[in-house]
Amino acid sequence: MMLVALAALVWGLGWWINLRLAAGPSAQSRGVRLAVPVIFGVTVLAVWELLVRGLDVPLVILPAPSLIAARFAASLPVLWADFVQTILKGALGGYVIGCGAAILTAVLVDRSDFLRRGLLPVGNFVAALPIVGTAPILVMWFGFDWQSKAAVVVVMVFFPVLVNTVAGLRETTAMQRDLMETYAASYWQGFFKLRLPAALPFIFNGLKIATTLALVGAIVAEFFGSPTVGMGFRISTSVGQLALDMVWAEIVVAALAGSVFYGAVAWVEKAVTFWHPSQRA
Amino acid sequence: MRSVLPVLTVVAVIVALWYAACVPMNIKGVLTEAERAGAAVQPEGAGARRDLPALRLAINNGFAVPATWAQDRPRLPAPHQVAAELWDTTAMKKITSKRSLVYHGWVTLSATLLGFAIGTGLGILLAVGIVHSRVMDMSVMPWAIVSQTIPIIALAPMIIVVLYSIGVQGILPKAVISAYLSFFPVVVGMVKGLRSPDAMQLDLLRTYNAGKAQGFWKLRLPASIPYLFASLKIGIAASLVGAIVGELPTGAVAGLGARLLAGSYYGQTVQIWAALFAAAILAAVLVGLLGLLQRLVLTRMGMA
Repeated sequence: MMLVALAALVWGLGWWINLRLAAGPSAQSRGVRLAVPVIFGVTVLAVWELLVRGLDVPLVILPAPSLIAARFAASLPVLWADFVQTILKGALGGYVIGCGAAILTAVLVDRSDFLRRGLLPVGNFVAALPIVGTAPILVMWFGFDWQSKAAVVVVMVFFPVLVNTVAGLRETTAMQRDLMETYAASYWQGFFKLRLPAALPFIFNGLKIATTLALVGAIVAEFFGSPTVGMGFRISTSVGQLALDMVWAEIVVAALAGSVFYGAVAWVEKAVTFWHPSQRA
Repeated sequence: MRSVLPVLTVVAVIVALWYAACVPMNIKGVLTEAERAGAAVQPEGAGARRDLPALRLAINNGFAVPATWAQDRPRLPAPHQVAAELWDTTAMKKITSKRSLVYHGWVTLSATLLGFAIGTGLGILLAVGIVHSRVMDMSVMPWAIVSQTIPIIALAPMIIVVLYSIGVQGILPKAVISAYLSFFPVVVGMVKGLRSPDAMQLDLLRTYNAGKAQGFWKLRLPASIPYLFASLKIGIAASLVGAIVGELPTGAVAGLGARLLAGSYYGQTVQIWAALFAAAILAAVLVGLLGLLQRLVLTRMGMA
C-alpha cells in the first residue's frame, strides 16, 4: 500500500512541477519545452514501476520497467541479431527498393497526362487498403527469410510514395515552367533544376510516412513465418512463453528504431529542402 | 468524369499484367500435373525443368498455358478465380456459415467499428484537453507525435494474450488494438483542427464577450470538423489493419485475418486472395462512407 501511495505522490509531484514550468515565465524557452515532456515521461515510468510493485501485478500482465531494462541489458546480442534481421535487412532493404521504384515510376508517369490521371486515383485507393494482408502470399513466394519481409515492405511503401511524388511533381506554377522554357531548358534540365526540387517536400512527406509502414510490414510479415530470428518472430514466440519482459524489450527496440529511422529521414529533409518555408521557421 | 477512361485503362493494364504473370508463376506446377496425366512435356521430368526459366517452359509447352489460369492451388491465382471464390463465399453461402466471407468480414468489421469508436472518442477528449490545458499540451503532445513514428502494432500479440490472461476475450482485445491504432491520428488531427481558428476570429469572439465554453462550441469545434474527417479516414483504415493483425497471433477461428492465416497454413492461395480482396473492399467501403459523410456534413455546415 505504501508503494501505491508513493506512486500517487510521485504523480502529483511530477504534475505540479510541470504545472509550474508551463505557467512559469520561461515556458517558451527551449530548455523548458524539452524538460516538460521528459519529466512527464519519467513520472509515468516511476508510477508504472511503483504500481506494479505495490499491487504485485504478475509478470504475465505487466512487467515493471526495471525488469524490462534488466532483460534488455541481459539479452543485447539477441536483440541486436533481431534488429539486424528485421530492421536492417527486411525493413531497410524493402524501404530502399520500394521508395526507389516508386520515385522512378512517378517520374515516368509524370511524362504522360493520361497515365497520371489514371494512376493517381488508383494509387490513392490502394494506399488506403490493408496491404499488410499480402504478407502470407509474399512469404509463400519468397520463403521465410528476410527477402519476403523486404517484399512486403516494398508493396507497402510503394503507393504512398508514388502518390506523393506524382502530386509533388505537379507543384510548379505555369509561370515558373514558362520561365524555364524561355531559358530554352530541355525537359531534363527543367526537371532537375525546377520540378524535382519543388517536389522534394512532397517526396519527403511520402518517405516519412513510409518509415513507419516499413517497420510495421517487416514485423507483421514475420507473424506468417520466419527463420528463428527477427523481432516479429521473437515477439510472437515470447508472447507464447509468457515472457513479457522480452516482448517489452523488443518493443523498446522497435520504438527506438522507428524514432531514429524517422528522425534520420527528417534530418535529410531538413538538409535538402532548407530553402522551403516550412523549414525556415 | 474526365479521369474515368484513364482509370479504366490503368485497371485494365493491371489485370492484363496479372494474367500474364500467372503463366510464369504457375507453369511448373501445371507441367508436373500434365506429365503425371500422361501429356508429352518438353523437357521430361520435373528435375530437368527445375532450373529452366519459366518463360522458356511456357514457349516450349504452349498447350499448358490456359491451364495456368485454372489450377486448383496456383502460386498466383488468376483474377477470375479470385472473383469466383469471392462470389462463391459471399453471395452463394448462407451468411451464418463458417465458410462465408460475409460472416468473417462481419467478425472483423464489428471489432474494427467498436475499436474505432473507442479510439476516436478518447482521441477527441484528449485533444480537447490538450487544447485547453497548457501543461497537458507541453507534456503529452510530444509523446503523441513520437508515437506516430513507432510501429505500435508490435504490441498487438501482447495485448491479446494479456487481456486473455485476465479473462477478457472475444471482440474486446481486437477492438483495443483497433482503438489505439486510430487513437493517435485522431489526437494529432483534432489538436491541429481545434487550433485552426486564427487570432482574429478568437478576438472577435472575445469582443462579443463569449466565454471559453462558447468559444469552444461555436468556433473551435466547427472549425475542427474538416481536420476531424481527414484523421477519421486515416483512423478507420488503421483500425481495420489493427483488427486483422489482432486475429493473427492467437490463431483466431473467425475473421478476415483468421482466413488469411488458415489459407497460408493449408496453401489455399485462392482463399488468401479472396480474403485479401474482401479486406480491401471493406476498407474502401469504410473510407468511402466517411468521405460521403464528410461531404454531407461540410455542405450542411457551409464549408464545402
